[in-house]
Amino acid sequence: MRIELEKRAEHSQLMTVISPLIAIGLTLVCGSILFVSMGYNPVEALYAYFIEPLTTSWSIEELLVKAGPLVLIAVGLSVCFLSNSWNIGAEGQFTMGALAGSIIPVLFYDFTSPLALPLMVLMGILGGMAWASIPAFLKVRFGTNEILTSLMLVYIAQYILDFLVRGPWRDPEGFNFPESRIFDAAHVLPKIGEGRLHIGMIFAVVAVLVVWWMLSRTLKGFEIKVMGETPRAGRFAGFSGNGVVWFGFLVSGGLAGLAGMAEVSGSIEQLTPVISPGYGFTAIIVAFLGRLNPIGILFAGLLLGLSYIGGESAQVSLGLTDKVTRVFQGMLLFFVLACDTLILYKFKFVSNAKGVKEAANV
Amino acid sequence: MSDLSMIEAVLLTIITASTPLLLAAIGELVVERSGVLNLGVEGMMIVGAVMGFAATQATGSPYIGILAAMISGVAMSVLFGFLTLNLMTNQVATGLALTILGLGLSGMIGEAFIGQPGISLKPIAIPGLSAIPFIGPLLFNQDILVYASYGLVIAVYFVLFKSRTGLIIRAVGDNHGSAHSLGYSVIKVRYLAVMFGGACSGLAGAYLSLIYTPQWVEGMTAGRGWIALALVVFASWRPARVLVGAYLFGAVSILQFHAQAAGIGLPTQFMSALPYLATIIVLIMISRNKTLAKVNTPACLGKPFVPDR
Repeated sequence: MRIELEKRAEHSQLMTVISPLIAIGLTLVCGSILFVSMGYNPVEALYAYFIEPLTTSWSIEELLVKAGPLVLIAVGLSVCFLSNSWNIGAEGQFTMGALAGSIIPVLFYDFTSPLALPLMVLMGILGGMAWASIPAFLKVRFGTNEILTSLMLVYIAQYILDFLVRGPWRDPEGFNFPESRIFDAAHVLPKIGEGRLHIGMIFAVVAVLVVWWMLSRTLKGFEIKVMGETPRAGRFAGFSGNGVVWFGFLVSGGLAGLAGMAEVSGSIEQLTPVISPGYGFTAIIVAFLGRLNPIGILFAGLLLGLSYIGGESAQVSLGLTDKVTRVFQGMLLFFVLACDTLILYKFKFVSNAKGVKEAANV
Repeated sequence: MSDLSMIEAVLLTIITASTPLLLAAIGELVVERSGVLNLGVEGMMIVGAVMGFAATQATGSPYIGILAAMISGVAMSVLFGFLTLNLMTNQVATGLALTILGLGLSGMIGEAFIGQPGISLKPIAIPGLSAIPFIGPLLFNQDILVYASYGLVIAVYFVLFKSRTGLIIRAVGDNHGSAHSLGYSVIKVRYLAVMFGGACSGLAGAYLSLIYTPQWVEGMTAGRGWIALALVVFASWRPARVLVGAYLFGAVSILQFHAQAAGIGLPTQFMSALPYLATIIVLIMISRNKTLAKVNTPACLGKPFVPDR
């Protein structure tokens, strides 16, 4: 018995929609096996993980707080990935956006005019763009591998954050804790609802709509997709490969920077040595689960946001380690990639005996 | 004399810092020579580190730990192979998935071991040779994995460039279509190469949790898997250059400790960022030289092989 792949003549529309669902199903099955192997009742654990967080308004708000940065970053990454540039360093661009966005509240905390917040948003975006422009420049100018450079810059960004928070940006009245001063009310993003939910989620929705429109309705979107799929054809059409690289990196860096700024200004309200539970990497999964489509990414972001909340909730109610979250996320990406095969190929089950007979007939 | 023993101490730490990079990079070199780009080195390495540590704690034998680390590296690489070689998924994305999964798994498995004192692997002195002043302790009083890393570089060189097997591996990496027409099983060769890479990454992980710092710390690979990937590019896919590169990088990462100890007035974070910065600079220098970058790159690197019947 062998499995053979047969190329479909066309992309399967049906599979495009249901392959992510199959992936989620397989992840749940494997997750249950994992829970059993750890000695938990799988039904209880899955309930605590994926349903319980949806039962209170408090945790639904928390879910949106987590989904916001994931969707923002992933929408940007989808532009980059579609054009076949591999920006793996969104985590670093997130960090640099957070740092640039914190310049006003940390260094100019007396500047509390209504202009402060828009300026912080702008600086956050520029910070992320600046960090993303390094791998973009190196790729365009020298042909340096952008996967490795953008990833190395994640570690460097984290050391810069660590240095600032423990050194020059440390709160002088903070009892020597490695934290910046707590942001002034004028430097905190407006809240929606009763909990920690802030307008960062609205940034995410706007980004989804703008990028969706850009990709599906404008020449730029067409250019990105052509250069991603068949760069040769794109060059005949007069599109610039370098231009697309720059565009993808600046969009994804800018949105990751915005997400970083929104996270510190909206959720944490100060700088600490760790500001992200790996949003930049999880967003890669969100982008693929959402099929690099902004609308799909919105749903995928909510699901992955749920995985963070579920981890916390299962830790409280079952004493399950929250490290399971990362395992779930990794498994999900694996299954998403594997199920994508269904879109391009049909599975054919061939028994060995039959295969031999066919070979003999040829 | 004290100067000499100081230099010796520094060189010894450089060997320790370089060995995990060398082990992971020499494995990935073979993988890439067969035309597969596995970006999951970091993930396989950290699972190797935690499994090596766990098995050593359970059995009391670091050798069983090393074996467990290799097996877990191979198991993860088979997963990668199944997706990329059988299901023809995107190699870049699948490698990333392997890293994300590996970081998660290692965190989960390792939680029980945080703070436990580890069992370190003792050096094996080679009789006679280790008594040579200066050189003896450096080269002939090392642990088994340092010897293994040298052995692997030599073996990989001879297999890749002096044997028929190597010719097949390189043919598969450079032109899978022709290799297939000649009757070689592209998928089988690539599977074996990927598994070899997995075993080497697992070894590199075991080195970290059994020798470099004999304990389990979450995220203890700290990007070494990615640096190993950069080393393969730096080495332009040549085994001897991987050796040189790994030792240069080991030296850079050791430099930071000695600079800190010497009280050089740079912030510690800057010194810690140095290996990553060095990686970027080296990548730029390599890619600036277009001919050098192109000449040895396996032509089919990262391209899926779809057999047409």
